[in-house]
Amino acid sequence: MQDLSQTRLGEVIEASTTAFNAQCYELYSLPPLGTLVKTCEGDNELYAVVHRAFTEGIEPGRKPIARGKDEISEEAVFQANPQLSKLLRSEFSALVVGYKNAEHLHQYLPPHPARIHGFVYACNQKEILNFSRSCDFLTLLLNAKMETPSDELVAAVLRLMSASQEDTRAFLIKAGKELASLLGQDYARLKAILERIRP
Amino acid sequence: MNSETRLGIVVSGSLSDGVSVRMDSHASVEDIVVGHYVTIEGQKHRFLGMITDVKLDASDPHMTFFPPSADDDFSAEVLSGTSAYGLLNVTPYLVIGDATKTGVIGPQPVKTIPSHFSKVGTSSDSDIELVFGKEDDKKFWIGNPLDMETKLCLDLPELVTRSNGIFGKSGTGKTFLTRMILIGILQKSAAVNLVFDMHSEYGWKHRNEKGREVKALKQLFPSKVAIFTLDEENAKMRSVAPDFTVKIGYDEIAPEDISLLRQTLSLTDLAVEASFSLRKHFGNEWIKRTLELEASEDSAKILNILNIHESSFQSLKRGLNTLKRLSFIQPHVEQQAVSQILRRLENGTHVVLEFGRYTDITAYILVANLLTRRIYDSYRERTERSIADGSAKPKPLVITIEEAHKFLNTEVASQTIFGTIAREMRKYYCTLLVIDQRPSGIDPEVMSQLGTKITCLLDNERDIDSVLAGTSGKNGLKGVLAKLAAKQQALIFGHAVPMPVAFSPREYGADGFYRDISPEQSNPKEVEEAIDNLWR
Repeated sequence: MQDLSQTRLGEVIEASTTAFNAQCYELYSLPPLGTLVKTCEGDNELYAVVHRAFTEGIEPGRKPIARGKDEISEEAVFQANPQLSKLLRSEFSALVVGYKNAEHLHQYLPPHPARIHGFVYACNQKEILNFSRSCDFLTLLLNAKMETPSDELVAAVLRLMSASQEDTRAFLIKAGKELASLLGQDYARLKAILERIRP
Repeated sequence: MNSETRLGIVVSGSLSDGVSVRMDSHASVEDIVVGHYVTIEGQKHRFLGMITDVKLDASDPHMTFFPPSADDDFSAEVLSGTSAYGLLNVTPYLVIGDATKTGVIGPQPVKTIPSHFSKVGTSSDSDIELVFGKEDDKKFWIGNPLDMETKLCLDLPELVTRSNGIFGKSGTGKTFLTRMILIGILQKSAAVNLVFDMHSEYGWKHRNEKGREVKALKQLFPSKVAIFTLDEENAKMRSVAPDFTVKIGYDEIAPEDISLLRQTLSLTDLAVEASFSLRKHFGNEWIKRTLELEASEDSAKILNILNIHESSFQSLKRGLNTLKRLSFIQPHVEQQAVSQILRRLENGTHVVLEFGRYTDITAYILVANLLTRRIYDSYRERTERSIADGSAKPKPLVITIEEAHKFLNTEVASQTIFGTIAREMRKYYCTLLVIDQRPSGIDPEVMSQLGTKITCLLDNERDIDSVLAGTSGKNGLKGVLAKLAAKQQALIFGHAVPMPVAFSPREYGADGFYRDISPEQSNPKEVEEAIDNLWR
């Protein structure tokens, strides 16, 4: 059973072992970059972090056109064209970073990808705290192939996670040390990330 | 090993160069001191080793080119212990096996190194005690390993079976260390001491550099120590009651003694040769007769017969005149000092020979060599007799000499009796305790025969090399030795200790020290009175 108190962000519309795409129910109600989200796959609860978000027309091949030439504000464009909010959609992509099976949390790829139409929720503080006890997931982020630079994503994830911690600095130091051991041979990259997460 | 004492894990190494230990992130390099002991928990054995070097390293060399900015505490904290870390170089010395499995009891010298990722931590007091043992009737407490509570105990009967050396720059605490070792020998071993005390420091009380009075052997063990002096007046001034005043007769001086003084008396080689010829010609009275030879036809004839050139003769005569000026040298002496010394040594009384005002090296070399040569002859004869007829062996003797490089330098070591003692006298129950500040001046052959070496700070490269020559793990010890504190720290290694130790010697003269070492110590007031009575 899903916990209904949680914020539902959207629905999976495309999924693979390493990532999934989800569409938001409302236009522009996108989670921030680096948000820890979850979705269900059978008995497993999959955890993922948002690495990319975008908004486009629902019909491929039909690009939106500029409509606001005679309007005084952006809101007025939508008021004059109420169909627009139905013709556009917001989507986000998330990288799978672990899963929970019968209370056991694993920070590596799950056996199966997420299911299409699976609901995607933002994790609450307790879940974030629970998940961030270990930083083993960082290796998945550092090695992922994606459009967003992975250093930016790692920094965004850690900034968001640290906000849920009691001791922000201690968490960032712990995560930093994990990064340092992963990027021992690549000091320039490590330095770039550390500069982005410095409290 | 708990997390507090844990320092890191073994990451690489070799038996010849020691192992590298990567420090844990919680351990700080600033707490590490070279010379400290560490225990390595290998898979099968426990190893005991010494930290010989500390190094900062980085997993990516770029870090050293672009370090985090000085105000970036966060990056510094993240990087330290991870990408930037401390490396310790540890030389393993002993292996402590599980006696039930290996069948070997007690620590053994290492023949291998601990495996990868063995945990390393600071040694506990009990580990050190296991190696060096407790104070008992043979072991004497000489100090504490650096920053440890454990007592470092030295097996003195074992120590005196070989010749030993105490080295260190001037003012590093050699004298106090020597005094303590002498007390140890006196208390715990069956050996007797004969100390050639150049600066009158070991027999009677003396002031340390802070001006505090410290007691010496005779005050602490009045019944076991005899003070001999060359200079009665000086003894009187210092309120010392000597047991015997040493005088040397002309007939006791042999050409061998003169040849040792070649440098100090500025004699030519031919002049030294001449002394042998003159001795052959005149017999025991050769010095008296040589000094009597005036420039006359007769004397020219003698010199001609002996094939001695006039200039060599004059050189020798100048030298002999210098000796003559030493007031303890007299034409004839009734009671020979050697027999007096030997008689006391046989009774188990330790002898300290004070030189009083004769602190110049000529007197010291002459007297020490002359007396020792006769003692050597006696020991040799008695040992050989004891082997032949099973009579009692002589009491083991330890002869203490200062400024040893003057007797044992490469040029004269082969000629002096001390060179012979260092090389072979162990068999005749006689060993040396060599005290010196320039060990590089001592003949390498003699240095290599010294069993145990105790050294305070040395900073001359050649001195360090010569002290450590032939020691395993020399390079590591070199760093430890050069980093000793200028005072109150020393390094001991060699025959009498299972592994090298950097230690702080016991504070000589501290509260309770005298009471600890000398239960028979007499009431100082009584002693003062007794002395006054003697001089009355």
